[in-house]
Amino acid sequence: MKNLFTTFITLFLFSTVAFCQLPNNVSLKDMDGKTVDISKLSNNGKPMIISFWATWCKPCKEELNTMAELYDDWVDETGVKLVAVSIDDARSTGRVEPYVNQQAWDYQILLDPNGDLKRAMNVNNVPHTFLLDGKGNIVWDHNNYAAGDEKKLYAELLKLSKK
Amino acid sequence: MFLKKIILISTLVFLLSQVFFAQNNEGVISGNFATTIQLYNEDTIINSAYPDHRLGANSFANLNFNKGNFSAGVRLESYLNPLEGYPQGFNGSGLGYRYANWNQDGLDVTVGNFYDQFGSGMILRIWESRDLGIDNAMDGLKVKYNPYKGIYVKGLIGKQRHTFNDGLNNGNGIVRGFDGEININELFDSTLLDSKLQVTIGGSFVSKFNDDNKTPDFILPKNVGAYGGRIAARYGKFRFFGEYIYKENDPYADPNFEDFNYIYKNGEGVLLNLGYSQKGFSVDLNAKHMDNMLWRSTNSTVQPTELMIGFMPALSTQHFYALAGTLYPYAPNFRGEIAFQADVLYKIPKKTKLGGKYGWDIGINYATAYAPERNFLNDDSTSRKSYETKLFNLSDSMFFQDINISVTKKINKKLKLKLQYLNFVFDDRTVEVTESKELIFADIAIADFTWKINEKHTLRFEAQNLWTKQDQGNWAYGLIEYTYSPHWFVALLDQYNYGNSIEEKRVHYVMASAGYIKGPHRFSVGYGRQRAGVFCVGGVCRLVPASNGLTFTITSSF
Repeated sequence: MKNLFTTFITLFLFSTVAFCQLPNNVSLKDMDGKTVDISKLSNNGKPMIISFWATWCKPCKEELNTMAELYDDWVDETGVKLVAVSIDDARSTGRVEPYVNQQAWDYQILLDPNGDLKRAMNVNNVPHTFLLDGKGNIVWDHNNYAAGDEKKLYAELLKLSKK
Repeated sequence: MFLKKIILISTLVFLLSQVFFAQNNEGVISGNFATTIQLYNEDTIINSAYPDHRLGANSFANLNFNKGNFSAGVRLESYLNPLEGYPQGFNGSGLGYRYANWNQDGLDVTVGNFYDQFGSGMILRIWESRDLGIDNAMDGLKVKYNPYKGIYVKGLIGKQRHTFNDGLNNGNGIVRGFDGEININELFDSTLLDSKLQVTIGGSFVSKFNDDNKTPDFILPKNVGAYGGRIAARYGKFRFFGEYIYKENDPYADPNFEDFNYIYKNGEGVLLNLGYSQKGFSVDLNAKHMDNMLWRSTNSTVQPTELMIGFMPALSTQHFYALAGTLYPYAPNFRGEIAFQADVLYKIPKKTKLGGKYGWDIGINYATAYAPERNFLNDDSTSRKSYETKLFNLSDSMFFQDINISVTKKINKKLKLKLQYLNFVFDDRTVEVTESKELIFADIAIADFTWKINEKHTLRFEAQNLWTKQDQGNWAYGLIEYTYSPHWFVALLDQYNYGNSIEEKRVHYVMASAGYIKGPHRFSVGYGRQRAGVFCVGGVCRLVPASNGLTFTITSSF
């Protein structure tokens, strides 16, 4: 146990300050059943939003529904792409696609039924939303959703696209 | 010890390589942290939890290191003392999880602790839920490989986390598993990649070895296998998933029912899901037959959530409103059940006569579960298979039924209304989560009203009522919540058991809470009475006792 701590402290010293990026050892499935390597998620140098949600999570759905109304404008202005990662497990994975279609979301949907990406991105609870710059660096993230939070995200997004 | 050494050596080797072959990509440390602290007051009216130590504190922190293709991590956990109602088996402070992972060219190797799932999880689901107190992490080796496009294989071996006592304690059983999956469209990508028909097939084999027979009366198999296959297909707007799992006989003690006590019957499970969905409309149908599928890496009697290999999903909605979610939640019967669910979602289009400016969202859900028809064999002293069942042959004994309908309507730019009505039939004689142990009929009505005062300020009201003649009788619930985006919230809620047949128990459960959120950091504090609630997951329900006092939580990630 002591050895392990020493190792970690050593690792910490060796690692200089750098932005967190997407994990390179996680693959998830999309709604077609195709495997998506998370480290290869990109938006051609444009910003990307990754939002963790579940069909049983009310604030998550509010957040994504609110952004759905603004999404076309955001895409036009900044070229952003939103990836909505569902953490529904076997009990409710079947409900993901019906809900997405009912709400007519234009997002890329990924399924994380066993929390692999959730764990790799240190997400405690949903909703948790990340903003990535064009190089895949995580530049901002926010836990929870209250009406109006999308303004803050939009402001951060504008900052990125003006750079 | 051996594994720790492997992790240590591999990290050191990696560090040395970093020193000698200085690379440009820098290592990154990331992590998260959460703590919940609860201070308990005495409150005899609600029979509140009032432990000698007066204070419970559950905390954990994950630390992950990542550089290039290598990652490693630890989780430190602390339960001083565990929160009331948290499962037994979490005590003290120490290291609960550690791993090293290396990933390159389609090969992914993990040593130490890991989580994983085969198919829907019926045959194997290694997972964690820190809120609920579930962690059956494996400790051993996992290898995943993608040998050719569209072909994915993985194998794993290890022991499972059993308890936590100033550190991780593994169970004795060993779990070994293999899973393969072929995505036909990726495999023949030149012709089929974007075909209207998308098909994935998969198969799993899992076996466990354990030698912890505690009974002199029976000889138990030391190795037990389970296997099965699955198919996921999509054709245009239609989607289908089916999985079948067969489990060899795995006798265990069932002190409550002699018909299930140390029986040598094989288990089987079927999950079927058929869905159709298009913009604004969808139908989703589910069916499940599961019999004798309790699947653990031990034959000894342990706490309900411990050493589970397989996952038993409930075919019912996980309701998020308090009276609907935590008074009569359904958990699958682990001895066996046949369950069905239908879900219809419809959006009355916006800018139509009926839909108005914004349209309406309508959701209808029906879920039910029955005991399988069992043909008992009376073979106690011979084969001890106990009974026979046929797939989807249900008896007339209903465990549970949930019919609910919800309507969501945005009235104008500032106002949004959601209404929901639910009707439950809940046979607590078999589910056994309340004190009454009777057949419970309940109706619940919910109104949720959001008023967006301006861009940053929002008020939300929730009113709920539950009517039942059984158990604790009627309940009313009221909530008012004010949020100031993006940082603040305050809320006040009251739950009132006005229909309790015992007059002294007609009490108000008032709780005030407030919170501050800044990016990934969240602080919240609550004071008041918490009603006893039932939390169900993976076939297991747990009663969290009523409490009175102060709760403080922090969650954070970096």
